[in-house]
Amino acid sequence: MTMRASASDLPITFVEAGILAGEVTILDNISLSIGSGAPTVLIGPNGSGKTTLLRAAMGLLPLTRGRISWGGRKLSPPTRRAILLQRPTMLRRRAADNVRYALGAAGVPRSEHDQRTADLLALVGLKGLERRPARRLSGGEQQRLALARALARDPAVLFLDEPTASLDPYTTMAIEDVVRTITARGVKVVMSTHDLGEAKRMGGEIVLLHRGRLVETGPAAAFFASPSTQEARKFIAGELLV
Amino acid sequence: MRSRPKLIAAVALAGAVFAAQLTFAQDKSIMVASTTSTQDSGLFEYLLPLYKQKTGVIVKVVAQGTGQALDTGRRGDADVVFVHAKSAELKFLSEGQGVKRYPVMYNDFVLIGPKSDPAGIKGLKDVAKAFAAIKDKQASFISRGDRSGTHIAELQLWKDSGIDIEKDKGQWYKSIGQGMGAALNTAGAGNAYVLSDRGTWIHFQNKGDLQILVEGDKRMFNQYGVMLVNPEKHPNVKKDLGQQFIDYLISPEGQNDIANYKINGEQLFYPNANDPSA
Amino acid sequence: MAMPENVSALHLVLTGDPVLFAIVQLSLIVSLSAVLFAALIGVPLGALIALTRFHGREAVIVVLNALMGLPPVVVGLAVFLSLSRSGPLGSWGLLFTPQAMVIAQTILVAPIIAALSRQTIEDLWVEYQDELAAMNVGPARRVMTLIWDARFSLVTALLAGFGRAAAEVGAIIIVGGNIEGFTRTMTTAIALETSKGDLPLAIGLGMVLIFIIVVINTLAWGARRAGEHYAG
Repeated sequence: MTMRASASDLPITFVEAGILAGEVTILDNISLSIGSGAPTVLIGPNGSGKTTLLRAAMGLLPLTRGRISWGGRKLSPPTRRAILLQRPTMLRRRAADNVRYALGAAGVPRSEHDQRTADLLALVGLKGLERRPARRLSGGEQQRLALARALARDPAVLFLDEPTASLDPYTTMAIEDVVRTITARGVKVVMSTHDLGEAKRMGGEIVLLHRGRLVETGPAAAFFASPSTQEARKFIAGELLV
Repeated sequence: MRSRPKLIAAVALAGAVFAAQLTFAQDKSIMVASTTSTQDSGLFEYLLPLYKQKTGVIVKVVAQGTGQALDTGRRGDADVVFVHAKSAELKFLSEGQGVKRYPVMYNDFVLIGPKSDPAGIKGLKDVAKAFAAIKDKQASFISRGDRSGTHIAELQLWKDSGIDIEKDKGQWYKSIGQGMGAALNTAGAGNAYVLSDRGTWIHFQNKGDLQILVEGDKRMFNQYGVMLVNPEKHPNVKKDLGQQFIDYLISPEGQNDIANYKINGEQLFYPNANDPSA
Repeated sequence: MAMPENVSALHLVLTGDPVLFAIVQLSLIVSLSAVLFAALIGVPLGALIALTRFHGREAVIVVLNALMGLPPVVVGLAVFLSLSRSGPLGSWGLLFTPQAMVIAQTILVAPIIAALSRQTIEDLWVEYQDELAAMNVGPARRVMTLIWDARFSLVTALLAGFGRAAAEVGAIIIVGGNIEGFTRTMTTAIALETSKGDLPLAIGLGMVLIFIIVVINTLAWGARRAGEHYAG
């Protein structure tokens, strides 16, 4: 699962990046570099631009202003990147076929599909549910399946948009365990979360966004112990940032 | 994807069927435009298999009203026209649309009406008097109204009665624009009078209260003529096969076959190809 | 009047009367062929409209939906005028043949299949759009995925098209000429036999036709159920 021969997408570098939708500014003058190693965790209130930043880093959204580069390259096909969207849609197929589809879309030869599907489902804890229609899985099971689908692309960088939102603690733990496992294998994870506890558990690098701007960034321990900005302090203290 | 080979097979099969039908149609066959009353009489179901047996030629009949049948010939969509309205046929010839007209056979029309006979015409020998009585009593009358041979004959009979039907018609006169069977059905349902060819009447299964009230007047005789569509106007006309069919119809053998067509022991059509005035 | 005719009609059906079944066979061949060709035109067309953006797209969709209601006799007349020897396509010599009937019914059914396919595929596209983009799926594969995952609904659309074709008489009686043994189908034969007052055959054919319609609807129901089973 871990041949990273072709040119790396890392670091992903935003230089004065901005995204506007009509009159509305969604991302504002972001300068950020995402490098290899421990997970990068995006935090911030709703509407702060976390989802947009993840999509832009994945390559799904073009910038209106500024530049983005992957491993120094302005253009990079998303072959070694994958994203788990905020509300993932299950394909109208069985669970295993969802993973098979992702394998096929990623160009994995058919002969390897059976083995890889089994491995991925085992990794996310869905062994035994291969033949269940995906839409009849529970919320937590669907999230695990979506994660397996993303991992089917054998990404070097994996983006997760609030992967444990509205999940029970047991499934949350399972997902976080998978993230730790793949991080150990060398996959760079960039994830957003609402749960400050999760940010502390998983980060790595913390990135605080507010109204499309990058407020503060830094290693988790230092960020939570002594944040530099007023906004960061208020956010960590649980106050509403408006 | 799994479904693709099956899809290709299905398309190939449909295409093969389609093509096979196309080639099958090239077997010896001709298209004859004729009338619904001739078809409804059952003559073709009897005669055409005989003809196929003798010659191997399939005769396909598209049955319409006389006017439509002649128009089909005018468009070149048929090889032969076989109808029963001499004036319309002669007009067809004068337009250069047909090669030659051959009389073939005649049957007659009968005036059908309800048992209750509101116009009191039963047994009359003079059909013109009968029509006059129907108009006077404003008795319900069903007209084909479709430019068929029967319709044209009916219009002629109104004229013979001294009636201008276009002016004198009222609620009692219903023009339905359909075939003979439909007209008989409508007459039966509405206790009305209707002019029908004898062939369709004998064959008709739904007689109910209707019966023949007037017959035998010479003016009710219905002459059939056959023509080859002019191959000079329509090069696609199968002139040899078409002429072969015409020659059969007027030959002693064909005329005999026509005379032998009977329903319930009754002869329907009287061959008269040898009558030059027909 | 009712009983004897119904009894002899049933007799015709149960003993496999050759005339009746030749008519049924022709009807099925014509309508099935028409649905097949209509699907080959309609499904890709529906997918194309569903998945591309272009000027006047809304108008095209409105027109397509309106064409579902094309009156069969009007289509019949148009095809008749085209295929007549004195018409533009006269040299094909197809008037009064089963092929002409297939052509007319294909024209009738293709808009139905296209409009329903468009709706189905567009609805599924709205669901799948994000994920397929996230998986970097190219346009060709996207179309195939949508068509495959929507297959049960598309089958329902095909069955709707078949129902329309099997039940109509106006178009095929004009372009086919209702020629005995060649272009006489269930519906055209029913029209003819009824007007001749020969009811047993008409009723027998009517029974078979209704039976076929019931089978179609059962298949459509089955397709919906299968779809729910797989999709969950």
